[in-house]
Amino acid sequence: MKAILTLDNLASGLVTTIWTPVFVAIFLAIVAYALWPRNKAAFDEAAHLPLREE
Amino acid sequence: MSQPSISKSMTSGESGLAVVFAVTAFLCVIASAKALDAPFAFHAALSAAASLAAVFCIINRYLDRPAALPPAEINGRPNYNMGPIKFSSVMAMFWGIAGFLVGLIIASQLAWPALNLDLPWTSFGRLRPLHTSAVIFAFGGNVLIATSFYVVQKSCRVRLAGDLAPWFVVVGYNFFILIAGTGYLLGVTQSKEYAEPEWYADLWLTIVWVTYLLVFLATIIKRKEPHIFVANWFYLAFIVTIAVLHLGNNPALPVSVFGSKSYVAWGGIQDAMFQWWYGHNAVGFFLTAGFLAIMYYFIPKRAERPIYSYRLSIIHFWALIFLYIWAGPHHLHYTALPDWTQTLGMTFSIMLWMPSWGGMINGLMTLSGAWDKLRTDPVLRMLVVSVAFYGMSTFEGPMMSIKVVNSLSHYTDWTIGHVHSGALGWVGFVSFGALYCMVPWIWNRKGLYSLKLVNWHFWIATLGIVLYISAMWVSGILQGLMWRAYTSLGFLEYSFIETVEAMHPFYIIRAAGGGLFLIGALIMAYNLWMTVRVGEQEVQMPVALQPAE
Repeated sequence: MKAILTLDNLASGLVTTIWTPVFVAIFLAIVAYALWPRNKAAFDEAAHLPLREE
Repeated sequence: MSQPSISKSMTSGESGLAVVFAVTAFLCVIASAKALDAPFAFHAALSAAASLAAVFCIINRYLDRPAALPPAEINGRPNYNMGPIKFSSVMAMFWGIAGFLVGLIIASQLAWPALNLDLPWTSFGRLRPLHTSAVIFAFGGNVLIATSFYVVQKSCRVRLAGDLAPWFVVVGYNFFILIAGTGYLLGVTQSKEYAEPEWYADLWLTIVWVTYLLVFLATIIKRKEPHIFVANWFYLAFIVTIAVLHLGNNPALPVSVFGSKSYVAWGGIQDAMFQWWYGHNAVGFFLTAGFLAIMYYFIPKRAERPIYSYRLSIIHFWALIFLYIWAGPHHLHYTALPDWTQTLGMTFSIMLWMPSWGGMINGLMTLSGAWDKLRTDPVLRMLVVSVAFYGMSTFEGPMMSIKVVNSLSHYTDWTIGHVHSGALGWVGFVSFGALYCMVPWIWNRKGLYSLKLVNWHFWIATLGIVLYISAMWVSGILQGLMWRAYTSLGFLEYSFIETVEAMHPFYIIRAAGGGLFLIGALIMAYNLWMTVRVGEQEVQMPVALQPAE
């Protein structure tokens, strides 16, 4: 009987699973960026962008 | 700036494209002669004619234009390129009416089957993809291309990139529609819902779409405005994802390079999963992301109010991007698709509630301080009602993706009702609103020919939508309940034909609703036509007298 845990399936399992925490981390970083107090002024400015064009 | 001393010569783009089209025309003539089936011969001949016309147009345009290409700026102000936008706007209106009309015809065929006329070309099976492609890809696609080219220029404060490339995109895209649509009528289809066009149309669309992406990206790259406005993010997601979906779902092996028939690269449940990964993200990125870009630009512009929360718009965007791509399996509940995949699709669909409603709230609250305009401006009302429909259909969709709900709703008219509350209410109304805004802007008119006619359009179309979706809800739930009704002895209570009979009155109501929606679109076309024909010119600074294209 073959071992269930081999280096091969450990690696492939890791590669296919790693995306979940990676994507969650990226998304949380984006949320932090959007809500970061220092960015507020720039975003409020950007919200007016359609209104101040030529 | 133009100098009279510059000697006139063709740009490498002009000469290169003319040569490419000349060679294409030659190859298409050969393909037409060697064709294995009549539709392929017809399409090859059509392509040869179109290629020759393209060569003629390129040379003619060169002969007519001044030696120097249009400048990027005139007196320090961007010299916006409005020509391709005008073309796409006109095509959007044309295809919209054609698509709504075919929809009305097939709705009537369902109520009165004799309208099939017993001819292959007018049968429901061929007209139905003609309807869906005409409204989604032809009407919706032209609206998206037109508005994206407008918004990217205005919000980046820079002229559209490319000289011939934007024209190649708008004309090439409409030629794709022509090939796809005539193909359906002649029975050419690869039988994938919303991806019916055969291999040669798919290849052509790929070339057009990549050019579209490059024009859009190149315009963003040379922008004068440091910040990339959120609408451009949505447009970019739409363009990139549609490219990926198109390439992912359409790998096929033609039986012959001289024939229309092809076979998909993979079969069985893999094909089904790929198809609905494509199909649902066509909803998510074509019918949602693209039209959300319209919402984020045109509602602030029309209401003259800033976006309610720019932070929310960023979270809205990325949440949609991260979640939508997983929702496809909900189209395959209770099929051979693995159970865990179905549950995964359902879970992500439910999670989509959050970004959808976040976006809806953001759109609606942009009217803070301008709610009174809803009473006086029917165009703004149309835009706002579209967002309300967006909220409604994105509530209904996740609910229907729940497996127990789906066991009642799937394969019934409820699905059709759901799709049309999104398509007519959200996509249709936001497109109408955007065109009502944009047509006077791009043709330099002070305003629309008649706001009263917009009001008529709004109410007639709204009544049509209400009739349509309520008829389909009742019909769909009735149908689902009849299918699953058992007698006390365990037999099915109703035969299939009894369920069809029960739906007949609702099919008539649905056709009436569709008819009203079509009438509204005809009023709109007249209004826009009169705006361009007799609308009062916007008073412009003298620089604007120079040709803008």
